[in-house]
Amino acid sequence: MFVSLTGFDLSLAAVLVLLLALLSWRMQLGLAPRLLLAALRTTVQLLLVGLVLKWVFEQASFLWVMLITTVMLTVAGWEILSRQKRKLKGWWGFGISTGSLFISSFTVTLLALTVIIQPDPWYHPQYAIPLLGMLLGNTMTGIALGMDRLVQTAWQQRAVIEQRLMLGQTAHEAIGDIRRESMRAGMIPIINSMAAAGIVSLPGMLTGQILAGAAPVEAVKYQILIMFLVSSGTGFGVVSVLWLISKRLFDQRERLRFDLLLK
Amino acid sequence: MSSISFSISRLSVLHLHDVQIDIHQGECIGLSGPSGSGKSLLLRALADLQEHTGEICLQQKKQVDFKPCDWRKQVALLPADSQWWGDTVAEHFRSVDESGLQQLGFEKDVMSWQVSRLSSGEKQRLAFLRLLENQPQVLLLDEPTANLDAANSGVVEQMIRHYLESHKACAVYVSHDLEQLSRIADRQFKIVSGQLESA
Repeated sequence: MFVSLTGFDLSLAAVLVLLLALLSWRMQLGLAPRLLLAALRTTVQLLLVGLVLKWVFEQASFLWVMLITTVMLTVAGWEILSRQKRKLKGWWGFGISTGSLFISSFTVTLLALTVIIQPDPWYHPQYAIPLLGMLLGNTMTGIALGMDRLVQTAWQQRAVIEQRLMLGQTAHEAIGDIRRESMRAGMIPIINSMAAAGIVSLPGMLTGQILAGAAPVEAVKYQILIMFLVSSGTGFGVVSVLWLISKRLFDQRERLRFDLLLK
Repeated sequence: MSSISFSISRLSVLHLHDVQIDIHQGECIGLSGPSGSGKSLLLRALADLQEHTGEICLQQKKQVDFKPCDWRKQVALLPADSQWWGDTVAEHFRSVDESGLQQLGFEKDVMSWQVSRLSSGEKQRLAFLRLLENQPQVLLLDEPTANLDAANSGVVEQMIRHYLESHKACAVYVSHDLEQLSRIADRQFKIVSGQLESA
């Protein structure tokens, strides 16, 4: 059974958001403008994406899939940068974050499409785009958290890092503790959601497939696959970004050089 | 005079220009100058923590021919404020130097102390001992007794002299206390408007 939603159904749900905005306005919580703008953005963006996806699914052309995935990647790269407390210098920050996103998400998606799911053709947009979207979304969060923690902690503890260098440690050793802590920060959300899946929360994709009428066991199999892909994609992405940034924090004489990386 | 162990030629770093010194084995160079004149900056450049131009050699081998970590083990900088990253003192030492601890007035159990419990004077003395673990050839000491009372200052000065003799090492000793410098240093320099001058 699949129940299609009408515009009226969506309007009813929108009334709830409006009520919340009204409440926020009456209680002077200062949340209403941001809430309404976000609700408007989600409506417009998702309607647009629905139209684009409908069109791309009909075309099923490799070139269009490439174009869309490139746009997704670029936006995710900028999103990572905008979540950093300490701003990185232009192209370096973008290059490192987008490069790590690309290496991890694209490799894992490619592997899943060609070896595991094997749709025909392998780049079939109905599989490739949602799969990549989920990977990019989660990897983006992991990378943004790990990167922010690394740069922020290294900045606060720059005297400690230099002290360790003075005692003859290599740059790699001197920032080792901070890198390990940042790795944990980047991976904790996905590890937690794997641990809680099914008991505390029903993951969004599982819920979506079940609502769309898929058999629960089939939906669960997909969800497990996605969890594994997302956690490994996030892990590789975070490892890569931490490695690149902690290298970039030092010059070739292993001196701590925030001036090379930060604005 | 014994052979030259540490030589600095045409060294420039930020507002310091054309620093030139040859330091002999066992020698202690005293360095003074007003705050902000660049004493600490010079020490950082010597330890290769600060970008600089010019040539620095340890026993005729150039700084750039050392791996950075090996250079810093040999040319060891003791900063004015020591930093500690572990919870206990022991996490910052590879082994326990009982006689060193004793000379500095510590019992062996100091190793199990919490770093947060240490006074600034205790930190300074332990940081000095920690620095000697690598058995450096050059000691770069930035106000190593600033937080110590007269008795402990004397002990540290004595340990430095003893170390320089027994390890054929040399030192650059930064201090505001000219009396102390005349006591411990073989030659004295001061930084005046970006230049190193004999004092």
